[in-house]
Amino acid sequence: MKSTILQAASRYLLPILLLFSIFLLLRGHYYPGGGFVGGLVASIAFVLHSFAHGTDNTMKILRYKPLSLIPAGLGIAALSMFLPVLFGQPVMTGLWINQPLPVIGMVGTALFFDLGVYLVVVGVVLTILFTISLNTH
Amino acid sequence: MVIQNNFVLSHCGAFAAHKTRKSMLLTILSGFLASILLIPFGRYLRFERGGFMALLPALLFLYLLSYIPVIGRGEVPFEHYEWVPSLAVNLDFKMDGLSLLFSLLITGIGTLIFLYAGSYMKGQAYADRFYGFLYLFMASMLGLVLSDNILLIFIFWELTSISSFFLIGFNNTDPASRKSALTALAVTGLGGFFLLTGMILMGNIAGTNSISKLTELAAAIRADNLYPLILSLVVAGAFTKSAQFPFHFWLPGAMKAPTPVSAYLHSATMVKAGVFLLARLSPVLGDTTAWSYTLMTAGGVTMLYAAVHSLLRTDLKGILAYSTISALGVLTFLIGLGTPEALTAAVTFTVVHALYKASLFLTTGIIDHETGTRDISGLSGLRKVLLPVFFAGILSALSSAGMPLLFGFVSKDLIYEATLHAEGQFAVFFTSIMVLTNLCLVAAGFMAGIRPFTGALPPEYSGLHLPHWQMWVPPLLLAICGLFFGVLPAIAGGSIVSPAVNAMTPEETEVHLKVWHGFNTVLALSVATLAAGTGLYFLNKPGIRKLRFAERFENLSPAAFSGRITAGFTRFSSWYTNIMHNGFLRSYILKIIIFAEILLAWELLGGGPVYINFDRLSSAGIYEIVNILILILAVVLTVTTSSRLTAVVAMSVVGYGICLMFVYYSAPDLAMTQFTIDTLTVVLFVFVLFNLPPFLNVANKKIMTRDAVVALAFGSILSITALKALQEPTETTVSKFYSDFAYTLAKGKNVVNVILVDFRGFDTMFEIVVLSIAALGVYSLIKLKLRPSEKE
Amino acid sequence: MELLLIFLIGILYAAGIYLMLRRSMVRLLLGIMLLGNGCNLLIFLLGNITKGKPPVIAEHAKTFTDIYADPVPQALILTAIVISFGLTSFAIVLLKRVYLLVNTDDLDGLNTPEEEDL
Repeated sequence: MKSTILQAASRYLLPILLLFSIFLLLRGHYYPGGGFVGGLVASIAFVLHSFAHGTDNTMKILRYKPLSLIPAGLGIAALSMFLPVLFGQPVMTGLWINQPLPVIGMVGTALFFDLGVYLVVVGVVLTILFTISLNTH
Repeated sequence: MVIQNNFVLSHCGAFAAHKTRKSMLLTILSGFLASILLIPFGRYLRFERGGFMALLPALLFLYLLSYIPVIGRGEVPFEHYEWVPSLAVNLDFKMDGLSLLFSLLITGIGTLIFLYAGSYMKGQAYADRFYGFLYLFMASMLGLVLSDNILLIFIFWELTSISSFFLIGFNNTDPASRKSALTALAVTGLGGFFLLTGMILMGNIAGTNSISKLTELAAAIRADNLYPLILSLVVAGAFTKSAQFPFHFWLPGAMKAPTPVSAYLHSATMVKAGVFLLARLSPVLGDTTAWSYTLMTAGGVTMLYAAVHSLLRTDLKGILAYSTISALGVLTFLIGLGTPEALTAAVTFTVVHALYKASLFLTTGIIDHETGTRDISGLSGLRKVLLPVFFAGILSALSSAGMPLLFGFVSKDLIYEATLHAEGQFAVFFTSIMVLTNLCLVAAGFMAGIRPFTGALPPEYSGLHLPHWQMWVPPLLLAICGLFFGVLPAIAGGSIVSPAVNAMTPEETEVHLKVWHGFNTVLALSVATLAAGTGLYFLNKPGIRKLRFAERFENLSPAAFSGRITAGFTRFSSWYTNIMHNGFLRSYILKIIIFAEILLAWELLGGGPVYINFDRLSSAGIYEIVNILILILAVVLTVTTSSRLTAVVAMSVVGYGICLMFVYYSAPDLAMTQFTIDTLTVVLFVFVLFNLPPFLNVANKKIMTRDAVVALAFGSILSITALKALQEPTETTVSKFYSDFAYTLAKGKNVVNVILVDFRGFDTMFEIVVLSIAALGVYSLIKLKLRPSEKE
Repeated sequence: MELLLIFLIGILYAAGIYLMLRRSMVRLLLGIMLLGNGCNLLIFLLGNITKGKPPVIAEHAKTFTDIYADPVPQALILTAIVISFGLTSFAIVLLKRVYLLVNTDDLDGLNTPEEEDL
């Protein structure tokens, strides 16, 4: 499965796709996109890379085990849920920074929640696919 | 809890309120507490001599004795605690004469039984369980007789059935024991069900569940259209519990229980619960022709049938079981008769029977324990080795026979008096069947209490020793009680019997129990019964031949009938299991689908015509039509192909096609998600495809056609349903709310995303949790190392 | 158009159920996936399909000014799609595992009917 073209392409595709997935994540609140789609695109980027360079190499790029992304994502999502409680508001109340930040746009708890979803999706998909691919050959 | 200081207006006149105390509740709870404590901690107790278990019932008995003067003053202590007020189920307890009589029997005989069991069950494994169940029973029984709420009575009623089930099946390694326990539970459980229905109906008519209030409303209940139904349900419940014909057959089976249990539950107390219930409800439901006829017919048939049967048995416990059934028949008959005299006789006989029958059971238990057999034909001359037991046996047998100067004589007198004073032409008939019954009971009592002790002692028993005093003192004590009350019946009459009778009758009845009534018909009848019964005892030689004769009619008996019903159910359920639960996944799916089809089709057929409103439909462009054609082709290919790879590819084409549909119809988020997921699914399949089994191609044209028909039928029915649903106006409140407030409240413009991360954020949170669990599942499934044994 | 979609949904359901009734485990899985797709489409259809109007509020507006596609079914389906991926992957792995154990695609191979119990 290791074709040179794919290897060359995936080297550039990985950062581009990852960038695209973050773009999808950030704009999700205003335009089509969001944590689920962003996470899926990011996982596809890594899967493509693993096709070209082998799963072991992709795991090296990732540095962390994809399994560890799941608790991280769940933690961020849960934190964004319970953050309003610290401000004396009910759970899951949307909190927003009044001024839009450059590049990212409006930042609020919903964005962090979406980030949590994003990380969980990446973690889940990669855990499933990589465990399978690493254990079948 | 609210403790009310209630003034109970009873039918016997106004009673002064009793001072507030929680004693009755504590009396009942103490037994439950002891039972519950025995389950976790019982195994740490040493049951070498379990006699100390008798301490609790003894204390309760002494405490309950203190109620005698209270009741004697005409007070009716009452306690009220709210439990489920919305259902009118409250912890109402009332102590009247009837309750007192029964609670004294329960705790008094209970004390002796616990003492006896301490020695009888010595060395038994699981003695802690035994005592736990016995306490459970005692507490439930106390609750039953003290309750003043019909639903509360039902709860305790069922608890006694359950504890009886465990005690009958105590020797759970014996299949016969298990079967008897199940039969008893089935019969009494069925009765409990009847009882509950009857109770609820009764409560609905009267608008109250309190027995005291029901008594005041008795006339309304008796006049109600549902009265016959209520009567038959309640009576059916009582008959199953008190082993009345045709429900009597569980009681002889229940003799599989350890003997203390038979003595306690199945002769002295629990089986009398049905009689108690009839007595308790006779002010409410009684005093009608239907009541009298039902009770007297059932009681009459039972007492005669069982009395004759008891003569045919050779097993000591069998004799006692049938004579118990007969005695219960007598009680039911007397309550049905319903005159103050009959009720007095019933109450007295309850005490008399409890005393002598418990004693006889306990002597039987000793004989069984010492000799290892209960077969009457092999037992004789035991008086030479078990003298105190012989005294207990003979005193009890004579009391049961109605010998003067024993308590049985008093009750027999009362019974004959009651039947002789029955209305009109029935008096002679009632008296004669009563005499016949008693005649047999005399002989049966002698067979159980005297025969094993008389005659020559077989050499193999000559080495027997008297058991521990804990075993022979209780029966002797019971028998001596019978003697004591026989000589001085007025003590029992004034303190216990009179208040109990008054609790059942509307008008005040003076009860004077006497030994000597003078020379009259009653005395003549008593003497004649005794003489004829003794004669019958000497004539009747029970043996295997008579038993065989009795067994010839076994096919017609209610027991065999119920056995056939049970066998039928077993056959039905195994047939049903074979059909419905055959372990083939597709057969389950097939049944579920067909059932769903029937339901949906039923709804469609009944729900008016299906029409197509073309105005509401949108037009189809060429792209969409082509896309749908491709989709259909892909679906067909997925189904028909015999190659896994083709199927997976076709499957992904279906996914991409649906993705395009989402693009056409304004769902960009869905389109993106579907696209990526579809891609990942294909990758997933590619990763594992070569590790997957090749398609199993089992072609059976017939089955394939059947499945195709079922599947296509479901598809069509679903399509029609969808078509119909499309004609209905869409509910848009929710989506309108989300759309209107997406920006103003949640500061987002992509409404789908706003719903996911804000409005329904909780759902999304749980969704990612589920996803994580799936990932963990995959991870652990793959990492799991198979043990060699599982690898085959 | 709705009629065509309804027809398609019927086909998807029928195909899904037919595959679920087969003895092959892989076919069972494919059947479940087809059924899931049919179900998603059904929800989508019943939310009234609208062409070219995604549920996204316009650039300078605060609420919708035009008609728009119903966002609720879309949110439901999005969730369903993602979850079904979790289900499918777990099922595939389970299937592989079972195959390693019993070496057959035959669902009946998993049965050990205990005849003596009947």
